[in-house]
Parts: sequence; structure tokens; C-alpha cells
Amino acid sequence: MRPNATQLFATLGDPTRRALFERLCRDGEQTVRVLTDHAGVSQPAVSKHLGVLKRSGLVRDRRLGREVHYSARPNGLAPLIDWMELYSAFWHDRFDRLETLLDRMEP
Amino acid sequence: MTSTATATRSVVIERDMPHPAEKIWRALTERALIDQWLMSTDFEPVVGRKFNFRAPANPHWNGVTDCEVLIVEPYTRLAYSWSPSGEDAAGGMRTTVTWTLTPTSGGTHVRMEQSGFRPHEERNLQGANYGWQRFVGALEGVLSNLK
Repeated sequence: MRPNATQLFATLGDPTRRALFERLCRDGEQTVRVLTDHAGVSQPAVSKHLGVLKRSGLVRDRRLGREVHYSARPNGLAPLIDWMELYSAFWHDRFDRLETLLDRMEP
Repeated sequence: MTSTATATRSVVIERDMPHPAEKIWRALTERALIDQWLMSTDFEPVVGRKFNFRAPANPHWNGVTDCEVLIVEPYTRLAYSWSPSGEDAAGGMRTTVTWTLTPTSGGTHVRMEQSGFRPHEERNLQGANYGWQRFVGALEGVLSNLK
């Protein structure tokens, strides 16, 4: 199932998970070990949080040798974008263009 | 997941334009004219016709909107479904765009309603008690770097 806004809020509502995601957005790809050094919780706990972030589409992982590297997927935040606000701005702009076109058209 | 018939929300834009409804209808329904103010399209004013609007792609969206003509009442009413296409687009958003033209003394009243926005998304977006606005704001820089 595609993650929806509710699931994303639940995922990011946990401060530890949110901090992990923000760190990956800010600093790029990180190993679980480095993330654990900064997280203030155990490595199994970090791995568990990263699993939740992954299932919500917010991070991706890849194994390099013995270590798993995680990186952020900011596109995973797409369901949080306020589509009504974006479309309202879009249509106002297009109404302006429509009126410009009508002024140019023959009667 | 539940899928009850809860009320959805709309974007409504209304303007009075000093032009006859027939002329505005042309701008809404003739491809060459639609291209000039809305988007590139293969629209035809035939109920049931499936078509696309195409905008430039960006990292979050392929730029394609999937549509189907729902109502064609010449010079009065035009409606089509409006669903951004592609994997990451709008979480499967399905909306309807309805144009209504009403003659006035000085021209035409133009009303556009895009309906079908699901309310749960907006409610969540207003979750200020979680400090989300600040959080999303902090991510804006990250997102803008991807464009």
C-alpha cells in the first residue's frame, strides 16, 4: 500500500525517528553505526526505527560489505504536500493567463 | 482501510470576465487555445474521451495528468476528471474539474471548481501541535536542492 499522510505522521511523530530522518536529509548517506553514535539509543533500536522509516518510503538502504548504508528519500514526503494550496495557486495563475488569451482573441 | 463517503473539499475560483460565453468556451475546449493558457493536451469535447494534460516533468512528478471528459454542455458547463499520473504523484489523488459559465450584463461569470480533495490529508497538515510546519519548513531547503 502506498504510504499516506496518516502513516507518515505516525512514522515521523516519534522524535528518534524524526531525528534520524532529518540527519539523513541533512548529511546524506550514513551507516547504521554512525547513526547510532548520534542517536542516543542502541543499535538494534536504531535499526528498528530505520525499518519503520523504510516501510514508510522515507529512507532506502543498501548493503556495502558488512555495513548497511541508509539515505533519505525526500520524495517520500509527497503525501504531506498541501495539494489544495498548490492547486489554488495554480488555477489563479491559469485564470490570469486565460484572461490574457481572451483579450488577444478575436471577439 | 475504511473508505466511507465522507465529504471532500474543493478549490473554487470565480471571476467575471468581459467576454461572451461562446468565446470563453472556445478557450476552454479548443486544443490550440488550451495550450496557450493551461497546458499541452489532446483534449476533445466528447463525453467519455480520455486525455492528458502535460506539464514539464520534475523530480517529484512526470508532469502528466490523466483526465476523462465527464460533462459537455456547450457554452455552459464542462467537467473532466483530473488525476496526476505516475508513481509519486499526489498519493493517488482523484479530483474533478468543473467549469461553469453564466452570462452576466457585462460578459460572463466564470467558475472553476476542482473537487474531490480528501479531507484527512488537510486535517493532518494542520497538526500544529506536533510542530509539523516547522519541521516541513526545515526540510524545504533540502527539497529545493533536488529541483
